[in-house]
Amino acid sequence: MRPFPAGRILLYLLVLMIFLWSVFPFYYGFLSSLKSGSALFTVDYLPRHWEWKNYRAVFQEQPYAVNILNSVWVATAVTAAALLLAVTAAYALARISFRGRGLLLFTVLGVSMFPQVAVLSGLFELIRRLGLYNHLGGLVFSYFIFTLPFTVWVLTAFMRDLPVELEEAAIMDGAGPATIVFRVFLPLLKPAMVSTGLLAFIAAWNEFLFALTFTLTNAQRTVPVAIALISGASAYELPWGRIMAASVIVTLPLILLVLVFQRRIVAGLTAGAIRG
Amino acid sequence: MRRTITAWVFLGPSLLVLFLVAAWPLARTVRLGFTDATLGNMQEARPVGWENYLVQYDGERGGVLADPLWWRSVRNTLVFAGVSVALETVLGLGIALVLHTGFPGRPVVRAAVLIPWAIPTIVSAKLWGWIYHDQFGLLNDLLMKFGLIAAPLAWTADPELAMVSVIVADVWKTTPFMALLLLAGLQMLPVDCYEAARVDGVHPVRVFFRVTLPLIRPALVVAVVFRVLDALRVFDLIYVLTPNSEDTLSMSVYARQQLVDFQDAGYGSATSTLLFFVVALCTLVLLTAARYRPGKEAV
Repeated sequence: MRPFPAGRILLYLLVLMIFLWSVFPFYYGFLSSLKSGSALFTVDYLPRHWEWKNYRAVFQEQPYAVNILNSVWVATAVTAAALLLAVTAAYALARISFRGRGLLLFTVLGVSMFPQVAVLSGLFELIRRLGLYNHLGGLVFSYFIFTLPFTVWVLTAFMRDLPVELEEAAIMDGAGPATIVFRVFLPLLKPAMVSTGLLAFIAAWNEFLFALTFTLTNAQRTVPVAIALISGASAYELPWGRIMAASVIVTLPLILLVLVFQRRIVAGLTAGAIRG
Repeated sequence: MRRTITAWVFLGPSLLVLFLVAAWPLARTVRLGFTDATLGNMQEARPVGWENYLVQYDGERGGVLADPLWWRSVRNTLVFAGVSVALETVLGLGIALVLHTGFPGRPVVRAAVLIPWAIPTIVSAKLWGWIYHDQFGLLNDLLMKFGLIAAPLAWTADPELAMVSVIVADVWKTTPFMALLLLAGLQMLPVDCYEAARVDGVHPVRVFFRVTLPLIRPALVVAVVFRVLDALRVFDLIYVLTPNSEDTLSMSVYARQQLVDFQDAGYGSATSTLLFFVVALCTLVLLTAARYRPGKEAV
């Protein structure tokens, strides 16, 4: 075997560093989640304790299962609704040329880059008037502000790439615009819908500001807020074991999603940014 | 003509939703900023003019614009956004170049790089909060093992270190986004440029600055603009990692504090409005700067 050239060794060192840098904090969180009591006072780099006590405690001492269901419900509902709304809007923006289209696209992009605090008091007022304060519906409603512009923008980028011939053939056959969108384009857009939907779902799953502001009781909270508010049973107890257990529980599904759909996620991210 | 009608019909529902969740609340926020509304009583708010912004009472100045803490938060946010996006760009470009070389096990590393991106910001704030812990934290333990520090440091509480801690945690979380966008940019580059450069024996560093960098410039600009706008609205990370710290207080944290913690909807709305204008101004500056190419006429 030929000796490794220096450049190759440097490359592998860099790769190793990138890998450790990306994975280590989460790995360390997992290690800590297996520790409780005085075990947390010492720093370990390899697993020495295998206690699952914290995982049980997370569910027993607070309605964490309810929080997870809340998160699942809110993220699923807003993603599904945003995709449905966005697919028709994207058709109009990608395939029909009309006055004001450029301005509209720009506005949509602007809203997606919006500082959410800027609408906080107005939204608060609206949500309370609609009777949605401390209600999951209020979260689904407010999450449109970032999921809808994003899905419209990315689906428009994907829809632009579909062949014109297909649409022309469908029009020849007497298909209306609705048929074209839902019967002709939608099947072709399946991978794009998966990419976009995943990204919207993850964004909604991770959202914190609105969830913190528009809910009041533990039973209506989503997971990020629940984690942020975990505290020790007494002032002398370190809550970190339980915080880490709760963190691992919500992050594992996301990591699995990322591993399974890696390519789709990258496709969605780049379609939104590069072709836009 | 019929196509135009179809377009508006298809856009209708989305535009209505966007109007309800974005345009209307924004307009209401601006309006509430000129009233004495409290969070509990928004309906019977009385107009107070510019009082929430700037007011003179017996020679004392009041209002957001006279609050040193607000200006502090503006400065914190700008420093945070500038430094973390600069670091992310350099690191992200480095990671993208490494991933672009192609080596056995690349899919595994690419998946690992996505992990910080997928983790909820709250979780990453908690992870880093635990790593930074002043008594039992991993970072102090590591640094002391290597003899780099003599005594544990209070990473998130020390005024000199709090911002550094926040920036490191943010760089960890958001570099993957940058790296993947830039990697996609690299993968779209034409191979023949590199072939030609290799045949001519051009030094790789020169190739990077003369060929790669100009070619991925569009992708780079988009990624930087996205990230800066995202960093300017930072809330979650700072709210969880360094609560009650004036050294890292961001504009969003300040505004929410006024609005929710102090229940002062009028003052909070005025702050939100200012925040909106600061971000808009930064966007304009950024977009103008992005169009400027050194050595060329602005396009």
